Amino acid sequence: MAGTGSSDTIPRDRSAAAGAPPADPSAVFRLRDVWKVYRMGEVEVFALRGVSLELQPGEFVVLLGPSGSGKSTLLNILGGLDQPTRGEVRYRDHVLAAADERELTRFRREHVGFVFQFFNLIPSLTALENVELATEISEHPLPPREALELVGLHERLDHFPAQMSGGEQQRVAIARAVAKRPEVLLCDEPTGSLDFATGKLVLEALEGINRELRTLTVVITHNAAIAAMGDRVLRMGSGAIVGEQRNPVKLAPAALSW
Amino acid sequence: MAVLDRKLGRDARALLGQLIAVALVVACGIATWVTMRGAYASLLLTRNAYYREYRFADIFCPLKRAPDALAARIAHWPGVTAVEARVVEDVNLSVPGLAEPATARLISLPAQGAPRLNALYLRAGRLPEPGRADEVAASEAFAAANQLRPGASLAAVLHGKWQSLRVTGIVLSPEYVYEIRGGDIFPDNRRFAVLWMRRPALAAAFRMEGAFNDLSLALAPGVAPQPVIARLDRQLEPWGGLGAYARADQISNRFLSDEIAQDRVTGTWVPLIFLAVAALLVDMVLTRLVLMQRGQIAILKAFGYGNGAVAAHYVKLALLPALGGTALGIGVGAWFAHGLTRIYAGFFRLPLLRFRLEPAALLLAAGIGLAAGAVGALLAVRGAVALAPAEAMRPEAPAGFRPGLLERLGLAGWLPLNARMVARNLQRRPGKSALNLLAVASAAALLVVCGYFLDAVNYFIALQFQQVQREDVTVSFERPLSAAAVHDLFHLPGVGRVEPFRAVPVRLRFAHRDYRTVLLGQAAGGEMRRVFDANRRVLPLPGSGLLLGDALAERLGVHTGDVVSVEVLEGRRPVWRERVARTVYEMLGMRATMDSAALGRRLGEPGVASGAYLKVDARAAPALYAQLKRNPVINAVTVPAVELAGFRETMAQSLWISTFVLGLFAAIIAVGVIYNGGRIALSERGRELASLRVLGFTRAEVTRLLLGEQALLTAAAVPLGWLAGFGWCALLVLTLRNDTFRLPLVVSRATLAFAAAVVAAAAAASALFLRSRIRHLDLIEVLKSRE
Repeated sequence: MAGTGSSDTIPRDRSAAAGAPPADPSAVFRLRDVWKVYRMGEVEVFALRGVSLELQPGEFVVLLGPSGSGKSTLLNILGGLDQPTRGEVRYRDHVLAAADERELTRFRREHVGFVFQFFNLIPSLTALENVELATEISEHPLPPREALELVGLHERLDHFPAQMSGGEQQRVAIARAVAKRPEVLLCDEPTGSLDFATGKLVLEALEGINRELRTLTVVITHNAAIAAMGDRVLRMGSGAIVGEQRNPVKLAPAALSW
Repeated sequence: MAVLDRKLGRDARALLGQLIAVALVVACGIATWVTMRGAYASLLLTRNAYYREYRFADIFCPLKRAPDALAARIAHWPGVTAVEARVVEDVNLSVPGLAEPATARLISLPAQGAPRLNALYLRAGRLPEPGRADEVAASEAFAAANQLRPGASLAAVLHGKWQSLRVTGIVLSPEYVYEIRGGDIFPDNRRFAVLWMRRPALAAAFRMEGAFNDLSLALAPGVAPQPVIARLDRQLEPWGGLGAYARADQISNRFLSDEIAQDRVTGTWVPLIFLAVAALLVDMVLTRLVLMQRGQIAILKAFGYGNGAVAAHYVKLALLPALGGTALGIGVGAWFAHGLTRIYAGFFRLPLLRFRLEPAALLLAAGIGLAAGAVGALLAVRGAVALAPAEAMRPEAPAGFRPGLLERLGLAGWLPLNARMVARNLQRRPGKSALNLLAVASAAALLVVCGYFLDAVNYFIALQFQQVQREDVTVSFERPLSAAAVHDLFHLPGVGRVEPFRAVPVRLRFAHRDYRTVLLGQAAGGEMRRVFDANRRVLPLPGSGLLLGDALAERLGVHTGDVVSVEVLEGRRPVWRERVARTVYEMLGMRATMDSAALGRRLGEPGVASGAYLKVDARAAPALYAQLKRNPVINAVTVPAVELAGFRETMAQSLWISTFVLGLFAAIIAVGVIYNGGRIALSERGRELASLRVLGFTRAEVTRLLLGEQALLTAAAVPLGWLAGFGWCALLVLTLRNDTFRLPLVVSRATLAFAAAVVAAAAAASALFLRSRIRHLDLIEVLKSRE
């Protein structure tokens, strides 16, 4: 939220002074000293305050934090929906911070799969068609039926969203996201509007995708129980990463409880 | 409530574009109504004031010759308040600077002072002095068309004598609001003059001293004209009465009254169509708008605001554009009405102008405008306030798509995904889609109606001047003449072919109905004038029997094979019974035609002609005209080509103006409807489209998806609009028919293309706007929440 006092300005090149760790060439994302400042009327809101981060191929990352901690802003920047006020964002050898709208659209189209809290399926398309929608604009997609099988949906493929349960809808949304074989799967509170049992089904689908396709998966949530299934857990607070933890043993979603 | 009103102001600001579009459409509907009703009411008022102040007569009666003493006796009849006995003669006129000969109608003024009836309005100069034989006052239309000012000279053949005349004044008469020569289709102001001369001079020239050949009567208020006409006909028969007729049948008044009656019809139906479309649109927009505010309505109710207060709040929001549009429409309409009335007053050369907006019409306009808004809001609010607050606070249930026609027919698999989305969106709410379709179709239909008026005129010109009238020149004799006179016409310069005709004034009777008209005798095998059947095929002239124009046949209630009674109103006044050989297609007038030889036999005057149609070598025309001007037996020369040019100048021009104004309004409605339809679609599907953008769809792909629905609706609306427009035109044809003119039901491809093009342009403008909206879709918002 809005900072106070001297922290209300972005310090000059803090990362150089802090002696940032050397860049890992195999990382999918490399963020260095990323700031995001929104102007809301006359107030400046610091959503990110100098985040530096690297995400590796095939990782399952859980981003934990309360509302307003900046995790959604970070996810938006990773997904090419938003751009930082300052700092460096690299996807492989693309500099996202400098990309224009057209390049960002292409980036999303070719490399990123999104899963939203409210599914955001197209209501006028059936489950299968929603997946086809993504495969149509992709170069080497999974066959749509195969993508749906990956998330455990084998039937009712010609049902419309309004005819499906929330868990089914979210799994269709995951199938839609992964059908184009993205390198990155970004999930914003994917179980946020689901009950415990269906939420677990969805998490199992995500875990399965991550395991079988080796897709870098970033899940943001304020449900701390989910942290146990990640390779790495990043805690956010007030626009910065305030804690990082690696799980030596990942729990299967079935073993989670909240 | 003050806070709610503040919310109202802010909501209105946020919705400014849409509210303005609604207001403009309302304004167009109201403005059309006010313009046309205002012009109609003002023209009626002006006409009545003019007739009253200038003592326009109630009954007219041409005759051959009667002594002045008779007029004095008639003046004492009960119910008759005034009588004006005049000498009226049509003569061949030579106008400086005009190649063709003109016709002058010479009308006598009393020896001293002003006439008791049909008074003159003096526009410039003075009336002829008593005792001056060479002075005339000229009608303004003629003077203006020939740029004559007081002091100008004219020359005419008066009873075989060439005489020069000096114009002393320019005048207007209620009797010649529409200055048209008998037998002409349009007023030809260059070649038809009405000239007023002092009676002693005119009587002397035509040997009419102490006698008159034209009688006008004024009746006391409430006196029916028919008994007086019957008495007059009996009284004047020995004096060669040609049949008295009431004001309603007076030619100038009939043209003017028909015009006013047409204005009443178009001034009612056309604006009502506009208003209906406007109301439909207002409802469409407001319903959507209120649905989008479900959440806010729920919050208001949760706070404890009652249903009434919530409903009032949205009705107020609806009334903003309705009020604004109504006020704008009344203002613009009043301005246009005033302008249109002035155009009419100029066209009919009315010396005075009374402008009036009927309070009832204004109230009705305001009522419709405001009701459209209020009803739209109430219908929309009704659904929203019916919900319990907690339920309403939840977002509207997800769009409930179910397998539909597309799936049942197995068509879905054949369509690309985006086409499937478009088709299912349209099919999911068929009522809404139909309403949208109807609104766009209405705009297209209005445009068809606009273009139709020009089509009708073009069709009329093509039929009348290329198919019906094929002569170069028509000459009319001063009185019916023998075959020898017709033969003399061959000797005039440039004349190639001559076809004589006979025209007699008649009264046709069938059962209890009768109609006073002209019976035209045409040469068998003639090529200059032709008649057509309902399918516009040329018909041969039958050897016996009458050809009746379809409107005349309808008026008399006769069919082919019926026998009507023909009463000739001149000469020996024979009466006979004649079979109707068939009815013919006629757009103009109500005439009867028969074979001239058969007519000659019936009249007992074989070979006698009233005039002739001529084919003329164009190179010899000037020489021909010069001779015709001085020809003592010819009192009227008509050149159809010149007539047509005059028509194009006057009628066509005023038609263009009204078509342009109506077309503009219709175009605004089209833009309003399509733009609002697009805005609504965008607001309903903005979230869906933003999700697609997040998934990596480009702006162009998303825009195409949204516009596909709009394009499909627009494309479907155009043919529907064509059909509806054609239907409206047919309705107009039925309601606008009168004795003078019947509109043909013809809609050209150009008009259809015009309607489609304007709708397409409106759609394109709306698409451009939507595209810029899509650029600003908030992608991040999509990730956050449902609302």
